[in-house]
Amino acid sequence: MATRARNVMIGEMSRPALPRHVKFRFDEARQAWVILAPERVLAPDETAVEVLQLCDGERSVSDMIDALAAKYVADRKDISADVIAMLQDLADKGFLADKVGPEA
Amino acid sequence: MSESVVTRTDSGIAPVAPIARDHVIPLAVLAELTHRCPLQCPYCSNPLDLERAGQELTTGEWRKTLSELAQIGVLQIHFSGGEPTVRKDLAEIVKHANDAGLYTNLITSAVLLTKDKLKDLADAGLSHIQISFQGSETIVADRVAGLAKSHDKKIQVARWSRELDLPLTVNAVMHRQNLHQLSDVIQMAVDLDADRLEIANVQYYGWALKNRAALMPTLEQIEDCTRIVEDAQVRLKGTLAIDYVVPDYYAIRPKKCMGGWGRQFFNISPSGKVLPCHAAETITGLAFDSVRDHSIAWIWENSEALNRYRGTGWMPEPCRSCDHREEDYGGCRCQAFALTGDAGNTDPACALSPLHEGIFKTAEQEAAEGASQFIYRNFSGGTREEDIINRA
Repeated sequence: MATRARNVMIGEMSRPALPRHVKFRFDEARQAWVILAPERVLAPDETAVEVLQLCDGERSVSDMIDALAAKYVADRKDISADVIAMLQDLADKGFLADKVGPEA
Repeated sequence: MSESVVTRTDSGIAPVAPIARDHVIPLAVLAELTHRCPLQCPYCSNPLDLERAGQELTTGEWRKTLSELAQIGVLQIHFSGGEPTVRKDLAEIVKHANDAGLYTNLITSAVLLTKDKLKDLADAGLSHIQISFQGSETIVADRVAGLAKSHDKKIQVARWSRELDLPLTVNAVMHRQNLHQLSDVIQMAVDLDADRLEIANVQYYGWALKNRAALMPTLEQIEDCTRIVEDAQVRLKGTLAIDYVVPDYYAIRPKKCMGGWGRQFFNISPSGKVLPCHAAETITGLAFDSVRDHSIAWIWENSEALNRYRGTGWMPEPCRSCDHREEDYGGCRCQAFALTGDAGNTDPACALSPLHEGIFKTAEQEAAEGASQFIYRNFSGGTREEDIINRA
């Protein structure tokens, strides 16, 4: 179920996606990416935008980390910690679902 | 209600906060589609002088207005009322908003919805539904709403919402006559699989001010309420998000009402008036501009009523020289008007207001006296509960 977003635990095997009630789009007026959710508007920073663009419910977090580590020639461990923390923060707010499920 | 584009975050996702100038394009706008409503809640946030059906904006006028909102950079639209579902064109309005790129939220009492109507709204692109509850069970809830069988209907519609995969916010307005049900209200929201719960203590303007003696909680109730909510917020993290509004009368510092008058939010009344908040028309002597006469962009910049209390220049003492003046903008103008007769005074919710001690005593006294009878909200200036009982 892509649309339930309760008690989601993000790990390397998670395949995160935005649930139906969360919209991620470019705001022309402010020239910035925004996340729209009930009673909330959030402004992701550049890295978060890049990660969110990869959240299609197909790609695993592990794949995302590999891609980012290669792109920025950075230590995989550092990237991993940042990406998982950012996604977990969104999940705790109910703004991220995991297509694999909490056990994965 | 909608002063809540607030979120504390870390790890790269920051809330969108307005920069420090006296107004910015709002992220969210409240559209009051109608003042008609089958409920008669004694704390209704609509003005005492309700707008009639014949004055309401037409479908075409709403379409034009919604397009303008999206164009100037508004991101979210809350459809409210009155009861927005009395409008037969609601699905069409929602679809237009959604097509324009607005995030759509329906704020409803739910009692007029059928499963088919709800499905039409979901198909039209509705992103989120917020259902109001008047208590945790039928006896208290139906009495507060002034409508038999309303509570059971709300429960039914909440379930349909989840079946249709619509995210659900439960909104519970709390006061002396239902605060004893708070724990059950929280459990009800969990059982309904709600995503979010708003625990809003009544704010005393308009209808609620008229009913203050019957609604004002005791200080002890408020302390219990805060403890129960804080405990639930920890216990239900990741399951149910809980937003909490405390009542002004027991506060020490006033609330930053609407984030500041005309600063980052407006609402549109059923007839198209652009207001800084839903209660602003309780302040007499202000003329609000309508979308029928001007563009929204023009009104937001030039409305005399909006400019009147923007920023800090209008402030008298003790606000003018106060270190907190840009934290709370002097509190709530409507409350200042209701309690002092002048919307330009410091909100008496502030401990620095000369009237603060007085309202605290009023609250304690009214709560202790325990008046229970309501004056129900309607188009004829209100009906006393005992008159309805005598008639029945």
